[in-house]
Amino acid sequence: MAEITFNDIIKPENLAYKRSKLMTDNVMHYCPGCGHGTAHQVLAEVLEEENLQERTVGITPVGCSVLMYNYIDVDFQEAAHGRAPALATAVKRLMPEKFVFTYQGDGDLAAIGTAETIHTCNRGENILIIFINNGIYGMTGGQMAPTTLPGMKSSTSPYGRDVSMMGSPIKMADIVAMLPGTCYVTRHSVNTAGGVRKFKRALKKAVQYQNENRGTCFIEVVSNCPSGWKMTPVESNKWLEENMFPYYPLGDIKVPAE
Amino acid sequence: MAKIKGAVVVDRERCKGCEVCVVTCPTETLALATEVNSKGYHYSYAANPDACIGCANCAVVCPDGVITVYKVKVG
Repeated sequence: MAEITFNDIIKPENLAYKRSKLMTDNVMHYCPGCGHGTAHQVLAEVLEEENLQERTVGITPVGCSVLMYNYIDVDFQEAAHGRAPALATAVKRLMPEKFVFTYQGDGDLAAIGTAETIHTCNRGENILIIFINNGIYGMTGGQMAPTTLPGMKSSTSPYGRDVSMMGSPIKMADIVAMLPGTCYVTRHSVNTAGGVRKFKRALKKAVQYQNENRGTCFIEVVSNCPSGWKMTPVESNKWLEENMFPYYPLGDIKVPAE
Repeated sequence: MAKIKGAVVVDRERCKGCEVCVVTCPTETLALATEVNSKGYHYSYAANPDACIGCANCAVVCPDGVITVYKVKVG
């Protein structure tokens, strides 16, 4: 049999993986290796595969992902800092047939938006909250966030986070899991191919639960911030596994009874 | 035994050279180029294309979605 050449393989019928059609052609402004990009790709794939493009409303936060509406081709509404769950509540109550999600970082969700997050989850609003936790304020220059690890250096904690003075990191997923309004609370990562595939399955479950009006779904993504952490992308992914995962263990925290 | 042969196509201009795909690849197919693209990034390319098995791990972890993967069964 003749040797198969490169040009024989790259044919449309042999396609194994391609960027989702819902991703626009704009080049993302994220730093090289940023987990936001991967999370966007997975979200777009799920929206495409579940055929949700026409009935999705996303709520974008303030933070690095503020320009998310430039990258995924669905309807978006920009919220004031931390207020995405409140806005999502309004959208979902006015248009219950829409699929509503918020996409927030840790400065947005765990700091300024703590009240909105907790009360939205407590009311059991029928929305999906995607929480990107990289332990730092990435956009404003790497300041300490409520989720910064003990001893972790940031631009406002140059000697490392001192727990006696600044308190311990908040585990938002564990907090909202205690509330009766939440239906599905889980923690994932996007630094490896396996992690990305698990995150995708979790998103699909969240879509199903929202279609069944089961309550708030909360998916935390433990992510990296190569620029804020002052590391190369590969080093930051390694640091993530060694330091973030022990404090923020991956896996389901709350799953609904079938 | 049927063998899978894969091929990766990298959009060099969009690649930011983060190297995440290179460390993810199980067969060491990908590497960063010594040349740079127009933005100055050392883009990723298939340095060892014969080794590719089309697992798509590189494309799945790529934050910028620049990798397209194809695969065929041979034999």
